[in-house]
Amino acid sequence: MYNFEFEKPSSIADAVAALGDEEATALSGGQTLLPTMKQRLASPTKVVSLLGISEMQGICTGDDGALCIGGATSHADVAAGASAYPGLAALAGGIGDPAVRARGTVGGSLANNDPAACYPAGALASGATIVTNAREIAADDYFQGMFTTALDESEIITEVRFPVPQASNYQKFEQPASRFALVGVFVAKYADGVRVAVTGASEEGVHRWTAAEEALSANFSADAVPAAPGADGMIADLHGTAAYRAHLVAVLTKRAVAAAS
Amino acid sequence: MSQVTMTVNGKEMSSDAEGRTLLSQFLRENLGMTGTHVGCDTSQCGACVVHVDGVAVKSCTMLAMEADGAAVSTIEGQAADDGTLNTLQQAFQDHHGLQCGFCTPGMIMSAADLLKTNPKPSEAEVRHHLEGNICRCTGYHNIVKAIMAASGQDVSSIAAE
Repeated sequence: MYNFEFEKPSSIADAVAALGDEEATALSGGQTLLPTMKQRLASPTKVVSLLGISEMQGICTGDDGALCIGGATSHADVAAGASAYPGLAALAGGIGDPAVRARGTVGGSLANNDPAACYPAGALASGATIVTNAREIAADDYFQGMFTTALDESEIITEVRFPVPQASNYQKFEQPASRFALVGVFVAKYADGVRVAVTGASEEGVHRWTAAEEALSANFSADAVPAAPGADGMIADLHGTAAYRAHLVAVLTKRAVAAAS
Repeated sequence: MSQVTMTVNGKEMSSDAEGRTLLSQFLRENLGMTGTHVGCDTSQCGACVVHVDGVAVKSCTMLAMEADGAAVSTIEGQAADDGTLNTLQQAFQDHHGLQCGFCTPGMIMSAADLLKTNPKPSEAEVRHHLEGNICRCTGYHNIVKAIMAASGQDVSSIAAE
């Protein structure tokens, strides 16, 4: 990779200031960014690590009962510490492998918004709030297509607030080499309805499957899951056709509902 | 260039590193400790696993500067000073848990990470924990067997397949 200047600030304000330079990028674990830089697909002139900011680490429960996770909290820490939201803890514990989970962070995953990443499905299905140094963004407004989010340049995810559902489950059909989701479905049942978010399947990135949400809100059982969505707009590659991914969406939704019931 | 200092296997070590210097590269090229292997250099294979502040990481996917001030354990620190292998290393030898040996440093460091938090893992737990460590020789069977033996479990019923 090309060389760069490295900074590791200890406060959010210093990090935002450091990221103000043109061609600076935030590093929040680096399990995606560093491989990308090795391939020279990214070549920032400055890399600002967010892992030295203690106020962005850790898990707590907010006044409204939501699970609040610091943006720089690792997947391993969420897997071990998010017992208040078992579906989310299980999602975090299934990302990559143990060494990747020790470095990768929730903020890094959401900021990158890989179309096959797990966290976007968990955040969207939970109707999470993405808290940045500047504002709060609803998950429904945050995800804007593959690798695209509502974040501005130099904006940092400081915390993510997950409303805790009555029941939830995440099912991932793993691509065995990368351990990303070939398709992943997160189902979360709240008092006011069911939310279903799908990752890995669509060319538009993570999205909600509204037909399943309506059916499951009326009847939360695997039998109520509708027929697979159409294959139009689904990702097709050497690992699976669009029709295969569409089929998986329905299968995994059923499994998730069965596991959550 | 700036100076990076870390405690490696209990000894404080320093060297100059660039921003882009990876921890794996720092250990191998700056400190001359080539026991940590670089296989894929894409965080897939796990040959480069070391412990940073007690946690297993892929050193090819961590910047050396991120480990400034940290305590790092590598394969070189596993055996006793007189060369006596530790329990896990000895179990790999006893159970033929290696063939070419390239993946072994990472396997040992990942396995040590598992046994620290889960002293008596099941076979399934061992296999799950090794998802990020690739071996192209053994078929994993004897690696799993060695790790279970090192944890003090009876492995006589785990027949070679």
